[in-house]
This record gives sequence, structure tokens and C-alpha cells, in this order.
Amino acid sequence: MLDADFFRRWMTAAAASVDREADRLTALDSPIGDADHGSNLQRGFAAVAATLEKEAPGTPGAVLVLAGRQLISTVGGASGPLYGTLLRRTGKALGDGAEVSREQLAEALRTGVDAVRTLGGAAPGDKTMIDALVPAVDALGDSFAAARAAAGEGAAATTPLQARKGRASYLGERSIGHQDPGATSAALLVAALEEAAGE
Amino acid sequence: MRMLINVPETVVADALRGMAAAHPELTVDVENRVVVRGDAPVAGQVALVSGGGSGHEPLHGGFVGPGMLAAACPGEVFTSPVPDQMVRAAAAVDSGAGVLFVVKNYTGDVLNFDMAAELAEDEGIRVAKVLVNDDVAVTDSLYTAGRRGTGATLFVEKIAGAAAREGRPLEQVEALARRVNESSRSFGVALSAVTTPAKGSPTFDLPAGELELGIGIHGEPGRERRPMMTSGEIAEAAVDAVLTDLAPRNPVLVLVNGMGATPLLELYGFNAEVQRVLGERGVAVARTLVGNYVTSLDMAGASVTLCEIDEELLGLWDAPVRTPGLRWGM
Repeated sequence: MLDADFFRRWMTAAAASVDREADRLTALDSPIGDADHGSNLQRGFAAVAATLEKEAPGTPGAVLVLAGRQLISTVGGASGPLYGTLLRRTGKALGDGAEVSREQLAEALRTGVDAVRTLGGAAPGDKTMIDALVPAVDALGDSFAAARAAAGEGAAATTPLQARKGRASYLGERSIGHQDPGATSAALLVAALEEAAGE
Repeated sequence: MRMLINVPETVVADALRGMAAAHPELTVDVENRVVVRGDAPVAGQVALVSGGGSGHEPLHGGFVGPGMLAAACPGEVFTSPVPDQMVRAAAAVDSGAGVLFVVKNYTGDVLNFDMAAELAEDEGIRVAKVLVNDDVAVTDSLYTAGRRGTGATLFVEKIAGAAAREGRPLEQVEALARRVNESSRSFGVALSAVTTPAKGSPTFDLPAGELELGIGIHGEPGRERRPMMTSGEIAEAAVDAVLTDLAPRNPVLVLVNGMGATPLLELYGFNAEVQRVLGERGVAVARTLVGNYVTSLDMAGASVTLCEIDEELLGLWDAPVRTPGLRWGM
């Protein structure tokens, strides 16, 4: 079972991973975006880690709701509301139990991903974070490792796609041949789950 | 790349501190990143609030003052501000007559202003929103994020700001803002890529002797790369691109806007070509504005925005305005 401490470790691991990979995310965001994805998420997840340490919410749901709110208040751009909504809605779907199973997390995460799809209007294949998140949620029922692998494959599979949402969509066919930075950071977030589980 | 900064992390805060020092008539909240006209709220007037990523100066903070915006929310460089800023701004400027959010059509700006509008309404503030999407380089379809908001933002903020100053009600100010946007189209050209402080190197590689047609204002490449063209050829490409989507029967406002690193000498020369092409295409010009108004950091290049107007819109355009970036009549 996964307790509040697991979810704090998830967010801390995500913050560390975004910090390590910030330059790569920004480099991916240069040819098809505006070269700030890394620094924006770095700032946001650092604020999340700091807030969680200070406020120490007691349930898995409360950890994610607080983390999501913090992202919305700190990141800006599209990724702030999108990642913030993902965590906030996942947290709300987890309810107020002290512990949740991996299967319950998978179900709640699906609710969160659906909320992101509604907010951003993106569907699978549009070359967005959705392309990493949807396969990850499908695989999360099997294991954290399977979810990490699925998210990574989903992110890599965005390379040949033409962007239909977000800033990359302005480039039309010129967006083809570049891996989507949002799908890449989403894969980092999913990979951090496995790290938090210590598997 | 040499920049006149301390460290990349503080460029926005440093600029706000400098703005506060230069413009005592504005209230600049550096910590919370909100620029408000000093005499807000103004009784009986609708308040215009805008915002967006930094790096487009004087947009939006430089357009705060009587006759234009009541408040502006600067985000990080090229990154939408957060809802907390917009709610704070709305609360500071609302006189009870309501607040109009002027939002450029980018996914981030739209999402954050939407969230802010909900939160502000929870606090009892009446909020209307107008989306600016004038850039014809992006096809407005289900398969893109829709046309970008660029030069028309200045026309919307000036004309709706004048209407607000006349004491018109929120519904009317909103309808006017929408009409200005629908009557405006833009097209931009880049002669160099842009360097953001955080990255420190150009966001894309533009070889010498080439230019990008159909660029936005965030350093993203355009739709098409071509061998370098003359000012006259660029004017033809830009004006004709705008006229494919706007067929003005009435006179137009013209904005010949510099992207940040193109000297006024070149901009005025470019304007001469723009006016020539407009004349050849049978478009009458009512007013022209030339300068750096909706910029993209150190990008070289220019954009052309046309707005078809009638007497009401022209009267509101000519009405007095007093902001750091745009001032006449008072």
C-alpha cells in the first residue's frame, strides 16, 4: 500500500529528476517551442518540494492536491495549469484515505489525465504530454516499471508526429522530427513513481 | 551572447524595480508581479487587465495608465503569468464596474486567465474576457492551437481602454474589444532568432542570408524559410498575407511593429514600403503607428498589423492616452 510518505517521495523524486534533466527539456523545447520548459518545471517542482516539506499533508490525496495547487501558482504557461490539474484531480480522486493501492492510484491518475485532456483539448497523437500519460496509466495496473517504460516509449513515439496542440502546432509540418518536451517531462514524472517505490 | 543583466533568474523582477523607479504614477508590486495604475480603482470605469509572458515590452506593463490598461501581470520570459497575479490585479482595479481580461491566444495564457476569471468571480468581481488572435501565419483550425495574439493586442487595449475611460458598461467595452480583434490581422517576419536570458543562445538556427516568414513573438521559427528579401519584397509578402484574410472596405489603422532589434531607421523605411503596397492594393490608411510595441526580446524583424475601422473606432483610437509606452493628447 502507498501512504502519504510515498507520495511525498514521488514529488521529491520528480523535482530531482526535472532538475537533472532541465537542460535537456529546454533543448527539446528550442526547435519547436520557446526554450523554457526545463526552467519552468524546475521552478515549479522545487516549490512543490519546499511546500510539502513545510506543510506535510497527511494523506496521499492531500499531498497531490497541494502539489497541484502549488504548480498552478508557480509555473505559469500551459504546463502550470496542465500539470497542476493532473495532480490536483488525481489527488481529489484518491479521496482522504491514509493509504491507497497501486490499482487505486492508476484509477485516480486516469481521472487526472482525463481532466488534462478536457482542459487542454488534446487527444492521443497530438504530440503532447497525453502521449506519454495515457499509455503509462494503462500500464500502471501491471507495475511501476511497466508504467515507466510505457511513458518513455510514448514520449519517444511523439518524434514523427505533427503537433496539433500547444506552441509546436504553430510550426505545422516543421514540428515533425522532434520529440515533444511535454511528453518527455511527463515520462520523467511517471519514472519518479518507480523511484519512490524503491523498485 | 552578451546581455545587460545581472543573472537570468531575476530579469523580470529587476525590470519591474526599474519600471517602478521610472514611473511613480504606477504602483508596481515587484514581489507579486502586478503593475497597476496609481489611481486605481477609478470610480465608474470598467478596468482592463492584461498580461502575458515577459519579453514583449512595452506590452503589457508599458500600456498601463489612463486610457488604456488598469493593470498588467508580467509572467516569466515568454511564459504566461499565474492565476494568482490576475486575481490580485482584478481585485486592485475593480471599481464595481467590472473587469475585462485581454488575453492573447496562447494555450498557457488562455488556461491561466480562465482559472483566474473563475477565482475572481468567486470573490464577487464581474469578469469578461476577450481573446486576441490576429496572426494569419497560423491556420485557425482544429489542428493547431489557433491563430496567435500579436500586434492587434495594442489596438484592442487602446480602443477598449478609451471606451472604458468614457464610462461605458462592461458589455459594451467587451463587445468593442471583440470587434477590434475581429477587424485586425497581422503577419510577422524574423531576420534573426531570439536569445532568452535562461538559455543564453539563439532558440533556433537562422543562417546568414535567410529569413523566416510567419513568425510569432516567442522565438519559435516561422512557417517558411526563404533567402533574404528586400524591405519592399517583405512588405509585399506581409501585406498580402494579411489581405488574404482581411478585405477592408473602410480605412485601416496600420501598426508597423519592430521585434526588438530592428532600428527605427529600418522600420520607417519598411513602413514606406508597406504604405506603397497598401496604396497599390487600394487600401486607405487612417492612422499609422511605427515603433517597437509588441516585441520578442532581441529578435530582428517586424510585423504588420491592419485594423479596419469606422468613425467610432477612429474616435476611440484618437482619444487621449497616458502610459509609459503610448502617450498622446494628455
